Amino acid sequence: MTGPAHIFDKPNRYIGKSSPRADAARLLQGRGKFVDDVTLPRMVHAAFLRSPFAHATITAIDTAEAKDAPGVIAIYTGHDLTDHVTPYVGVLTHLKGLRSAPQHPLAVDVARWQGEPVVMVIATSRALAEDACELVEVDYEELPAVVDTETALDADTPVIHPEFGNNLAWERDVVAGDIDAAFAASGVQVIDREFRFGRHTGVTLESRGTLCDFDPSENELTVYYSGQAPHMMQVIFATHLDLPEENVRVISNDVGGSFGIKIHTYGDEIATAAAAKLLKRPVKFIADRFESFVTDIHARDHVIKARIGVTNDGDIVGIDLDDLTGVGPFSMYPRTSAIECNQILNLTGAPYNLDNYRAKGRVVFQNKTLMCQYRGVGHPIAMAVADGLLDDAARAIGMDPVAVRHLNLMADDSYPRASATGMKLDDLSHQKALTKLTDIMDYKGLREKQTEDRKNGIYRGIGFVSMVEVTNPSPMFYGVGGASIASQDGATVRLDAGGALHVASSITEQGQGTNAILAQIAAGVFGVALNRVKVTTGDTKTTPYGGGTWASRGAGIGGEAMLQAAQALKDQVLAVAAVMLQTSADKLDIQDGAVTDPDGTLRLPLADLARTVYYRGNELPNDLNPELIATRHYRVTDFPFVFTNGAMAAHVEVDTATGFIKVLHFWAVEDCGRVINPLLVDEQIRGGVVQGIGGALYEECQYSEDGQMLNATMADYMVPMASEMPDITVAHIETPTKTSVLGAKGAGEAGTGGAPAAILNAVNDALSPLNASIWQMPMTPERVLNAIDAAK
Amino acid sequence: MSRFVDIKLRVNGEDVSATVPSRLNLVDFLRNDLCLTGSHVGCEHGVCGACTVIVDGDSVRGCLMLAAQANRADITTIEGLADNGQSDALQAAFTNRNALQCGFCTPGMLASALGYIDGGGTADRDAIRKHISGNYCRCTGYQSIVDAICDVIEEART
Repeated sequence: MTGPAHIFDKPNRYIGKSSPRADAARLLQGRGKFVDDVTLPRMVHAAFLRSPFAHATITAIDTAEAKDAPGVIAIYTGHDLTDHVTPYVGVLTHLKGLRSAPQHPLAVDVARWQGEPVVMVIATSRALAEDACELVEVDYEELPAVVDTETALDADTPVIHPEFGNNLAWERDVVAGDIDAAFAASGVQVIDREFRFGRHTGVTLESRGTLCDFDPSENELTVYYSGQAPHMMQVIFATHLDLPEENVRVISNDVGGSFGIKIHTYGDEIATAAAAKLLKRPVKFIADRFESFVTDIHARDHVIKARIGVTNDGDIVGIDLDDLTGVGPFSMYPRTSAIECNQILNLTGAPYNLDNYRAKGRVVFQNKTLMCQYRGVGHPIAMAVADGLLDDAARAIGMDPVAVRHLNLMADDSYPRASATGMKLDDLSHQKALTKLTDIMDYKGLREKQTEDRKNGIYRGIGFVSMVEVTNPSPMFYGVGGASIASQDGATVRLDAGGALHVASSITEQGQGTNAILAQIAAGVFGVALNRVKVTTGDTKTTPYGGGTWASRGAGIGGEAMLQAAQALKDQVLAVAAVMLQTSADKLDIQDGAVTDPDGTLRLPLADLARTVYYRGNELPNDLNPELIATRHYRVTDFPFVFTNGAMAAHVEVDTATGFIKVLHFWAVEDCGRVINPLLVDEQIRGGVVQGIGGALYEECQYSEDGQMLNATMADYMVPMASEMPDITVAHIETPTKTSVLGAKGAGEAGTGGAPAAILNAVNDALSPLNASIWQMPMTPERVLNAIDAAK
Repeated sequence: MSRFVDIKLRVNGEDVSATVPSRLNLVDFLRNDLCLTGSHVGCEHGVCGACTVIVDGDSVRGCLMLAAQANRADITTIEGLADNGQSDALQAAFTNRNALQCGFCTPGMLASALGYIDGGGTADRDAIRKHISGNYCRCTGYQSIVDAICDVIEEART
């Protein structure tokens, strides 16, 4: 499918322009509306008493004293809610064999991670609710906690869900070709490494929160939701609180960061909705930072044993890996906790020509916070394993890391094709991206400087990654497995009487600039000035039905729906204009808010047309039925996902005395297809890279042996701050996807997916004169020093 | 149980009198009692900077100061900075550079940036990065924020 050139090329088209976001002003003036900014009449507040143990039987709960505390409205335990909330299970049929136990919003009889909500107190203020929590007495009998993934499957390890017999949640094997034969062939070097990726989490600056309002007269629940998928949450609230779907309204106003954190079913939020329904009044719950750290989903936490085989000429003959990951005591509902492992199995080595591939994945239960899909899902690990091994192999055979990539990356003219694991690939540009990358970074100059620096005892390193990113997922991602998660999105475009457009979309805004690009697409394709487009997103009652913004799908899927809707409305308006102007529609255009001749000569302002239609229909022929609103939906049909590619490089300096790593600069060349707004896309890449650097160097949820998170404060959990971060140079290759007219692929997760590999390779390049290397993230100073010591 | 304290202060140019629980922190008072929801709460222990407001000319963490301590203080929040024009140049630069995404850190970031600029800070990228290192932003990667602050300083000079 290709579109008419005029959509992108005519003057007064906004697609491809760096237009600043219209909604920035609101946020810059303190007029944002986040969940905690909303106050409703008769609103009360929830606070939660949470399990202090990673694993414990709840033997008794005494709420008598707390019930009499000032301001307390109600107190609920797990058992109190079992009649009002049906339990949920995080499994999907296409992840064959995945198991998980029923989960309740508040722990029933057993608490399975530190921070699991146990008792909910509702009071007239949050402070009073917290005061009353201190008066609730819970008796626990501590159970042995399963903390270490590597012993989770041992015979003598306690089983978290006895009905399963062991702690295995899911496993999968992928085999392509014959890896053993490939590795055994003569002239093949096999490099063997064990990678460790720590747990980290999203640390959205706005913590999770919800405000739930129930109107018994209409049997209607309204949820103010800080998240990414309003329609998905509508189904979840309706299903588990026994309400008709149409009686649940989910509203996402401003969302203070999400990154995949706020797209899951959290017990405290479900319990808050249940309280609103039971109390017939609004109940608000806002997680504090401690609650965020111990209940927001965590991610990564993988131990991967991996091997790569290369010939002496640098040809990759195959990759073999074994991934073990711990996901907490349950698989998260409804997206499951097996997706990250699955992505690693699917994506490792996907940029490269690879005939032999074997991957084993095992997902185990443990008594830690639940794990699920956080920005980049599996990509940072898959890329770090493949490209970490590749650079290690290149060092072993004395080959330059850029040369070894050019040798092994799929050719830009080899698509459509499949990866070794059978993923369908098209419209990628690995070779071009790598060439552009080495050009913009002055690779030769950096290498020369590096050699000079080493003579002076300065250890600098350059690291690369060539990567793919899964974007624009089709129904094959979740819907096929039985999840009530829309894979298509809708857009509505309405011409108002004043000649402006009002558009609505089912994709959502968390700061990416969703609303801005929707306006750009609508304005450009239809033909009005950008400031005459008003955008509505984030409301199940007023937008078309759709999936929301996740998996880098907003621009590619929601954007295409908007393009199609704007084009449809344009056709409808021109049909009316043709009658009014007594000509044919194909001799008219819409430019700058007016119907024009094809050369732009003004024929009829849109406001005149719309006012005639809306106010003075008597002036129109009776057989003309003007429709000044159009809705279109779009889904990806030809591919399970639309892959993007990128090439990135990091330049780092390692202080070999302290182990500190300074990132000097970072470069990213990204091919996300057609770039709708370069200003916004570049910021997505940069923000993503910085999140990736966080995971590579700083961020880790540290646990004690008995399952206590040790650093659940922002003072102890290190996130990237401005002074540690480098400037990041971003460039683009544009290979539009042929799956849509718009041609846009996703861009939101590439930086997070690629940066850790580039940083790892840069650090190991810096350490190479010492014969030291590190294979664990985050690469903390202590671990760097240990790696240096181990090489001595 | 809380005791209560009578306070009188000036917020965004308006006189305010209130009786507040002694344990109430300043940002909760501004948000919940005065409905000035532009100041945000990110960590409640002084690390993230989202609640930064201007108290008697200084950038202050609204979560580390009690409302009771604000007696007789003159406070300007993000809403006040927008109304009195103090943040106009920063608003324009942040918009042009797309130096915000979700906007949750933005009010605190602007307050910190204003402190840097009004304190005579130069367009030195490292110095700016250091100055705003008490303000956590998860979205942007900081570069655009540094760019925006540089733009304001350089434009003021020309």
